[in-house]
Amino acid sequence: MRWGEIIRRLVLVPPTLFGVAVIVFVLLRVVPGDPIAMMVPPGASEADIGRLRALYGLDQPILQQFASWLGQVSSGDFGRSISVRQSVSDLLLMRLPATIELTLLATLIALLIGVLAALTGILTRGRPAEWAVDGGIGALLAIPDFLWALILLLLFGVLIPLLPISGRIDPQIDIGFHSNFYLIESLLTGRFGVAFALLHHMILPALALALPFAAIVARLLKASLVEAEDQDYAQIARARGYTQSAILLNEVFPNALIPTVALGGVQVTLLLGGTVLVERIFSYEGIGNMAIDAVINRDFPLIQGLVLTFAVMFIALNLLVDLVVTLLDPRLRHG
Amino acid sequence: MADIAVTSLATPPSRFLAGLGRGGARLWVGAALVAILMLVALFAPVLAPHDPLEQDLLSVQLPPMWMQGGDPVYMLGTDSLGRCVLSRLIYSARTAVVVALIAATLAALIGVALGLFAGSFGGWIDQLISRLIDIWMAFPPVLLSIVLAAVIGAGLTSVIVAIVVVDWTRFARVVRAETMVQLTRDYAAAARAIGLTRAKVLRLEVLPNLVPLLVTLLAVEMGIAILVEVILSFVGISVAGDTATWGSMIAEGRQIVYQAPWIMALPIVCIIISVIGLNLLGDGLRLAVDPVQRS
Amino acid sequence: MTATLTFDSLRISIGDANVLRGVSLEVQPGEVRGLVGESGAGKSMLGRAVLGLLPAKAAITSGRIAFEGRDLLKMQADERRGLLGRRIALIPQDPMTSLNPVKRVGVQIGNLLRHHLGLSKRAALLRAAELLIEVAIREPERVLSLYPHEMSGGMRQRVLIGMAFACDPALIIADEPTTALDVTVQRQVLQLVERLRRRHGSAVLFITHNLGVVAKICGSMTVLHAGRVLEEGQTADVLVRPRHAYTRALLAATPRADRPAETLRPVPPSLIEQLWSEAHRLDSMNAARPV
Repeated sequence: MRWGEIIRRLVLVPPTLFGVAVIVFVLLRVVPGDPIAMMVPPGASEADIGRLRALYGLDQPILQQFASWLGQVSSGDFGRSISVRQSVSDLLLMRLPATIELTLLATLIALLIGVLAALTGILTRGRPAEWAVDGGIGALLAIPDFLWALILLLLFGVLIPLLPISGRIDPQIDIGFHSNFYLIESLLTGRFGVAFALLHHMILPALALALPFAAIVARLLKASLVEAEDQDYAQIARARGYTQSAILLNEVFPNALIPTVALGGVQVTLLLGGTVLVERIFSYEGIGNMAIDAVINRDFPLIQGLVLTFAVMFIALNLLVDLVVTLLDPRLRHG
Repeated sequence: MADIAVTSLATPPSRFLAGLGRGGARLWVGAALVAILMLVALFAPVLAPHDPLEQDLLSVQLPPMWMQGGDPVYMLGTDSLGRCVLSRLIYSARTAVVVALIAATLAALIGVALGLFAGSFGGWIDQLISRLIDIWMAFPPVLLSIVLAAVIGAGLTSVIVAIVVVDWTRFARVVRAETMVQLTRDYAAAARAIGLTRAKVLRLEVLPNLVPLLVTLLAVEMGIAILVEVILSFVGISVAGDTATWGSMIAEGRQIVYQAPWIMALPIVCIIISVIGLNLLGDGLRLAVDPVQRS
Repeated sequence: MTATLTFDSLRISIGDANVLRGVSLEVQPGEVRGLVGESGAGKSMLGRAVLGLLPAKAAITSGRIAFEGRDLLKMQADERRGLLGRRIALIPQDPMTSLNPVKRVGVQIGNLLRHHLGLSKRAALLRAAELLIEVAIREPERVLSLYPHEMSGGMRQRVLIGMAFACDPALIIADEPTTALDVTVQRQVLQLVERLRRRHGSAVLFITHNLGVVAKICGSMTVLHAGRVLEEGQTADVLVRPRHAYTRALLAATPRADRPAETLRPVPPSLIEQLWSEAHRLDSMNAARPV
């Protein structure tokens, strides 16, 4: 069974994360740029700088810094952010749910658009309209997520002021949620008014993230559908008296999904990476937004925490995609 | 196996031109757009009505001339420091083209060199380079370029370095694969059989066949370079000071997007046209070249 | 009695090439008609034309196909779809690629039964199990839950045969159903087809290039070459007293158990050439003739 393979992948996770941590840790300290110098006001004394440096343990040798950091992390403490003066774990926990919600919404939108575009493409197969569909998908692919973010911001935030262009929610609305999963919680507790307001803020960034991925999905799915349609079993289905659309949905689509998810699923991580810029453009309070400033300020603890968080999510996503592929393709389940 | 084809399959000019027809609409539209971009970049001093750095503090945030409050002197309006938007756009094109060309060429040089080594020598050299490429590609490109530029400091050099460092792998992978394929072809074996050294084989036989493919990649890479510059500008680590780039115009424009949306909108239009043009050109070239190569 | 299947001067072309040059053929109810010829003779095209499976570029330039007297080509799409899979069924050539790889066998059979016979899910599964027993598959409940890749080629072909007979068809188009199987399985499959045909009273158009198979199972046969009917009649007659030179050559080329395994005797190229020029002459005659 495939479970052996999955266990093996899970077992590899800690060492992979360890490797990532090492690389980031070393890179940050080897590369020029001093976090302390970035954050002290001009005119600070040498003694002050020295004191701050000791406070953050930056005066110790690298190996010792790594050891103590590991020790802290194993008890859940990621240290204090140098630029923001808060506990890194607090910062991450506070803003991670926002990014997760945004990525989930973007994935849903991307799948919807992608599948619809692919189905349209295959239904117009051989006719001139197919050229238009292919061209549309191609155009979508050429424009990256942050550019979409800017375009959408201009079009629907400024020129046609339909939607807000910053923040997660209107500051005036009283939320009073338990967790920071605002959208999920509002939907679960039936507070649809709040959910609607939240979606107002999320739809543009989510769309920006979704469009490039939707194009990838559409292109892959359409190609897979075309190939599956030409297979013997699909042709024979026509001789069984099924309608064209029934064949497409029942016979062809489940088969076409497999290579689509296998090849395209891994690109979901693109969505995640895109949050760095898109959140910044929309001033959306997720972890992507923090990343840029963290890097510019050389905020070591925060960068380390962010990179590890992203790494965990990347790995989890890849694992999830592989699981889905195994579920979809019975031929993979029996080794 | 029949006779070994001794003549190299380097695309002779006539076949290449015939192949251009295969490129279709994409090739011509792309080529046209890229040509416009290049011409604007080349003739910037002639085309721009004003000095892009010149500030006219009496005419700040003027809208384009067809909108209310516009001034025909500043055809596309001015920014917060009274600089002519049209002139800045034109000079930004020049910067974009320069950055894109240099970065793409450097990335190509490094990538092609490593790809050739990996593909032709095989063995542990290939393993080493392939692993290097894999690890390199595991890093999210956006973050990597931001980190690099943050490290090196602001300025066009850092932009170029960031692009090269992030994207040389694109060339390396493709060149490596192509080299391996080409070397298994009969003509390469024949060339080796008559005693040509490996380096000569690469230079005389493999490289000419790679040229069309490389041109395609260069076009795509230039599009990427333009985009990376925008990203870096947006996080404030692109060019220093006044130099006009589309990215810095967008970053400035984002701040005042409600008051003067055109400052952000116009560079975006320029970028889209350039990137789509380069992509179409790359696509068209690929279509034109591929069937000839695979024959 | 109305013939189950009638081809009337059927002409099919793909682009410039004429694949079928005016084929006329009749299959009576309950008849097992063999359709033989070399690859490219056009026999598969005949079968596909009935089932609506012609390739996109193929065009029926003239002629008529009738099922139980009803013109298939002029029929409404949904009326034709009601017949396909139910009264007219296909036994395909390659069992390895003819089943949907991601659906369980029981689901595939069940869907067919529910679509044409309107059975409920449970009734369909029961009937599917019965079908598996009919095609001599043991442990039908277990097999229903299997995926195609978990079954052998022979077993898959049995399932396909079962699906063909599932709705009690009047006509079966068997498109080289034994070609992709090894010899030991071929015999079982032929016996199975014969048994089921007799039970359901279906007519069969058995497309094959293997004269041995025709001899075993087909009561009558038609010889096709270059899209033309060269000879037809009762199998016994044709094989013992072939009238056309081509049929004689085909017989001579067939390996036989009672003849020493000597030199191969292929159909003489001169004969082939002659037949082709006859065919092309027919083409130009038809082109000149007003439609």
